[in-house]
Amino acid sequence: MNRIWESVERIEAYHVPLELLPFVRIIIGVVAIALFVSLSAMFLVYLERKVAGHIQRRPGPFEVGPHGMLQTLADALKLLGKQPSRPSGSDAILFWLAPVIAFAPILPMFIPIPFGPILTGSHANLGLLLILAFSGMNVLAVCMAGWGSHNKWALLGAARSVAQSVGYEVPLFMSLLAVALMTGSLNLSEIVTRQGTWPWEWNLFVQPVAFFVYFICSVAETNRAPFDLPEAESELTAGYHTEYTGMGFGLFFLAEYAEMMVVCSVATTLFLGGWQGPVVPGLWWFLIKVYLLLLLMMGLRWTYPRLRFDQLLNLNWKWFLPISLLNLMITAFLMKV
Amino acid sequence: MAGALKQIWDDVAGLWSLAVGLKVTGSYFFKPQVTVHYPRQTVENLTSFRGPIELAPNPDDPERPRCIACMTCVTVCPGGCISVEKEKKAEDPRPKAPDKDGATDDKAAPKKSPKGPSRFIYDYTLCSLCGLCVENCPVHALRFSNRAYLAGTDKKAFVFDLLSQFAEAQKTQETGRIISQQSDGQ
Repeated sequence: MNRIWESVERIEAYHVPLELLPFVRIIIGVVAIALFVSLSAMFLVYLERKVAGHIQRRPGPFEVGPHGMLQTLADALKLLGKQPSRPSGSDAILFWLAPVIAFAPILPMFIPIPFGPILTGSHANLGLLLILAFSGMNVLAVCMAGWGSHNKWALLGAARSVAQSVGYEVPLFMSLLAVALMTGSLNLSEIVTRQGTWPWEWNLFVQPVAFFVYFICSVAETNRAPFDLPEAESELTAGYHTEYTGMGFGLFFLAEYAEMMVVCSVATTLFLGGWQGPVVPGLWWFLIKVYLLLLLMMGLRWTYPRLRFDQLLNLNWKWFLPISLLNLMITAFLMKV
Repeated sequence: MAGALKQIWDDVAGLWSLAVGLKVTGSYFFKPQVTVHYPRQTVENLTSFRGPIELAPNPDDPERPRCIACMTCVTVCPGGCISVEKEKKAEDPRPKAPDKDGATDDKAAPKKSPKGPSRFIYDYTLCSLCGLCVENCPVHALRFSNRAYLAGTDKKAFVFDLLSQFAEAQKTQETGRIISQQSDGQ
C-alpha cells in the first residue's frame, strides 16, 4: 500500500515546481529540436539532390519510393550497415570522438532560436553568443578528425579546413555584431520582435552589407560549395573525413546539413524578421524563410566553380574582413550620432 | 596605385557576373529536362548510334551476309572479340574448268566452294567499339547496329552469334520492321 502511494506521489510530481520549469522546458525543447533536425536533415538531403538534378535539367533521385522520396532513408540504412573501421595506427579516441563533437553541438544551437512568438527552447539573453560559441566546436572536430586519421592527406585537408573556418569566423562575428549593436541585445527573440512584419521593416534593408557578408561567410563556415575545398579533396584524393566509413561519415554529413539549417535560421532571425510576416505571423513564415535561404545555398553550390584555397583566404582577409569592419564602424558611428 | 584601384574595381564589377550566373541556373531549374528518362522514355533517333556490330546482307542475295570469311576482322580486332569459321564445302572435290560453261550466275561461277562463314561469334564483353573490323572489312560486311537498349543478366548473354542475329533480322524485316530493341539480350 505504501508503495502504491509512493508511486502516486511520484505521479503528483508531474506538477513541476516552479524553479524547475526552465529545465523542463529546455529538455522538451531539445527533444523537439532533435526530432526537427533529424527529419529536416533527411528532407534536406533529398531536396538538395532533387534541386541539383533540376538545375542540371535532369530528374534527380526517382526510383526509390515515389519520386525518390525514400532515397535518404536508403542512404541512411546503407551508412548504418557499413562496418565502422579505423585505420591501424590511428588514435582511437580522437578518431571516434571527432564525428560526435562535430554533430553534438548542433542541437544546443537551436535552443535560443525563436521559431515562433513563444516557440523557443529558451529566451536566452545571450542566445547569439551561445550559437557562436558552439559553432566554434566544429573546428575542434575537424582537427581531431584530421590528426586522428593517421593520414597525411587528411591532416593537410584538416589544416586547410581549420584555416578556412577560423578565418571566416571573424567577418561573420562582426556582421552579427553590427545587428546586435543596432538592436542592443543578444537575445534572439528580442531581435525578432524589434523588426517589423513587412519586408521593408526587416534588418535586411537596414544592414544589407552585413547580410551579404554573413551569408557568404556562413556558406564558407559550413564548408559548402563554392568553399568546399576540404570536401572536394575528399571526393578526389583526401580530406579530413577520408578515413571515415559508415556512421562516422554519416555524422559528419548530418552535421553539415544541420549546421546549414542553424546558419539559415540565424540569418532569418537577424536579418529577415524571423517569424514575422505580412498576413499571419508565426512558425510558417520562419520555415518558409529558412527554406528559401537553404534553396539559395543549394543554388550557390550548383552555380559557382570551387574556389582555390588561396582565392578563398584572400577573399576573406582582403574583402570580407575590411568590409565587415567598416560596416561595424559605420553602424557604431551612426548609433552614436 | 592605379593598378590596385583597377583591380579593386574589377573585383567589384565581377559581382555582376555572379548574379548573371545565378539567373542562368535559376532559369534552368524551371526549364524542361534534357535527359531521356529511361525506361519511361526511350531515345527515338538511333539511326547513327554506334552499337554492337552486325552482318550486312549481300545485295544480290539478301538471305546471305556479305562476309567472305577472309578473317581480316578476326586479325585486326585488338580485343580478339571475333571468331569466324569458314564454311566447309560439301564433300565434292573442286570443280574443274569444264564446269564453267554450266554456270549461270557470274557471282557463283568462278568459285564452287562457298565463301561465307559457318560460324561468326562476336564477344561483346570484349568489344571496345573501335570500328577497326568495320573499317577493314574488304567487302563491307560488318556495320554498327543501332541497338542501344541491351540488357542481360548473364555475361554469356553478350556473346552474340551474328549469323543467327542476321537470320532473325532478315526475317523480321520481311515481316515489316518490328525490330524489338528492348528484348535484345542475345
